[in-house]
Amino acid sequence: MSERTLAVWDGKVRVRVQSKGSGPALVFFHGPWGLTWDPFLDELAQSFTVHAPEHPGTTPGAPDDIYHLDGLWDLVLCYDELLQGLGVTDATLVGHSVGGMVACELAASYPTRAGKLALIAPLGFWRDADRVVNWAMLDPARLPEYVFRDPKSEAARRMFGVGDDPEAAQAAKVRLAWAMGTTSKFIWPLPDKGLKKRIHRVKAPTLLVWGKEDRLVPPVYADEFTRRISGARVQTVDGAGHVPHLERPDVVARMIREFASA
Amino acid sequence: MKISAFHLMPHRELPDDFEKRYESVWVTPPWWELADATRVGQYYNWTLDELLFAARAGFDGVCTNEHHQNAYGFMPSPNIMGAVLAKATNGSNVAIVQMGATLPTSNPPIRVAEEYAMLDCISGGRLVAGLPLGSPMDVNLAYGITPMEHRERYREAFALTLKAWQARELFAWNGRYYQLANVNLWPRPIQQPHPPVWVPGSGSISTFDFAVDNEVCYCFLSYSGAKAAKTMMQGYWDVVAKKGRETNPYRAGFLQLVAVAESDAAAEAKYARHVEYFYHKCLHWPIQYLSPPGNQDYRSLVAAAKSNIRRAEDPKSLRYRDFVEKGYVIAGSAATVRDRIKEEVVKGLRVGNLMVLLQIGSMPHELTLENMDRFARDVLPSLRGEWDDEGWVNHWWPERLRGSAKAPAPAPVGAGRS
Repeated sequence: MSERTLAVWDGKVRVRVQSKGSGPALVFFHGPWGLTWDPFLDELAQSFTVHAPEHPGTTPGAPDDIYHLDGLWDLVLCYDELLQGLGVTDATLVGHSVGGMVACELAASYPTRAGKLALIAPLGFWRDADRVVNWAMLDPARLPEYVFRDPKSEAARRMFGVGDDPEAAQAAKVRLAWAMGTTSKFIWPLPDKGLKKRIHRVKAPTLLVWGKEDRLVPPVYADEFTRRISGARVQTVDGAGHVPHLERPDVVARMIREFASA
Repeated sequence: MKISAFHLMPHRELPDDFEKRYESVWVTPPWWELADATRVGQYYNWTLDELLFAARAGFDGVCTNEHHQNAYGFMPSPNIMGAVLAKATNGSNVAIVQMGATLPTSNPPIRVAEEYAMLDCISGGRLVAGLPLGSPMDVNLAYGITPMEHRERYREAFALTLKAWQARELFAWNGRYYQLANVNLWPRPIQQPHPPVWVPGSGSISTFDFAVDNEVCYCFLSYSGAKAAKTMMQGYWDVVAKKGRETNPYRAGFLQLVAVAESDAAAEAKYARHVEYFYHKCLHWPIQYLSPPGNQDYRSLVAAAKSNIRRAEDPKSLRYRDFVEKGYVIAGSAATVRDRIKEEVVKGLRVGNLMVLLQIGSMPHELTLENMDRFARDVLPSLRGEWDDEGWVNHWWPERLRGSAKAPAPAPVGAGRS
């Protein structure tokens, strides 16, 4: 795996990008709890050149860079600059949760940048009858059971830094809180930021992936995407919550590989 | 020193099992199950009557504050209450201490500058302008402001407010969060260059810096008493000294819960259940509501994680005697209360602008008046002279009210007492 840090936004926003694999380019936009290289990305790296950027502000040593971005429009432009910097054109864009919303916004703003679009439990819409849970209001001790179907799984332990080392636990707490804070800037107080007006511009073949037992963003939200993106398909994942790519990495990686290679 | 009566305007009749049945007193408590508008109208009127009673009883100021979707304090617009108080106290020397209207929840925030200017005009220049940041519950959870923008919006709005009061010419404000092409406030406050400004805080270092840099009175609105505030307030005084400012005690305000009776035992008999109601029901909310991610900046987040602060003790595990012993509430005979306030709050924290909360939780109207009366008669007179020997000027108090409490200040023409 290689990593490099690109300065975008007139040099004011530093974004670390981890890359691995060979083959066609695939860009992964992580969710609200930050990026940790995981088995899902390893799986994808067997078929693609995977680039995984960190959301502005979550790159170590650059926490305050987030203050240079005022809203979603700034964020989308920032990522356009980043993809230019990476030399990536018409890649497969994959995004999870808030990262799924970002990938979809990018595909709507720059239809030619997205060769294909794979969205894992993406945000971007709001239904009064199926409220998206605001994870900032949840008891932190109970957050794992909202994110994961099995909060005791290895993947959950990796994300939430459960372990014996108090220093590592502290660092994980800070990392998670800051990742949630910097991403919530673009989805507060609820995640409908106008994607419904722009999504008709998405031209890429689109796949939606949802954990069947998602307790944060109910799977019914897939309908909001499929009725607006022609030909979009939905695949649900058994035994998974809001992070199916971490809970069933082999299954979700296979779905995306088959979709992106078709 | 200056001593003001503070009021939260709480729900006084929450059910006995409130904290077991409901997740929070703030943001989510169901109105239709818990409240009745007619009865709430009675609470508002009691609140106003109690504050006016305090004004007549000899307190230096009366304080209101802003909260939203909160059963322990529901004055969503403190300026509506302040307007009643300002009018009804005309002809007296009582300050109208608004603690206060919250800038980030007012859009555009010059609305606060306008309303405060109105209050200053109506009261004949007796306004103290509290400019709080607002709690995450009020600002982020109830009013939808992005946690990461909360402080930035506040600081921009603060600068805009100060400029709007003072500018001699119409100006344009091209801010990050607020854009106004024609700022030209009507009315302007009587007090020049502007009413005294108090900024409540909860101990973050960046607020100490902000308070000292802007020459405002830093106020700790605490429910946990002076003992728990000692280290924090020392941190504030360290910043004052480091920045080379005089350690004038009037730079500091503090809120203390107080209950006075004939004796310490009588205080327990009269007040214990109201104090426990306050700490068990009124302060019942999930701890994470206080810190939605992004509300704290990264530096503070790291510092908080590193300092490995002991979790604040859970007040639900404490009873009346614990609250009194720990100083959350200073309660007892007038002598006990006077001595403890002097030692723990006034001297212990170096506080010149004291606020006391005398209506506590479920405390009924008559008992509240008794508490206020006892405090005003038997405690307040012996505190008023504190700091006089050191000769400090209270720059953070309306200028015409700084002197003796006795001679009434002239009211605006035709303002007459109601």
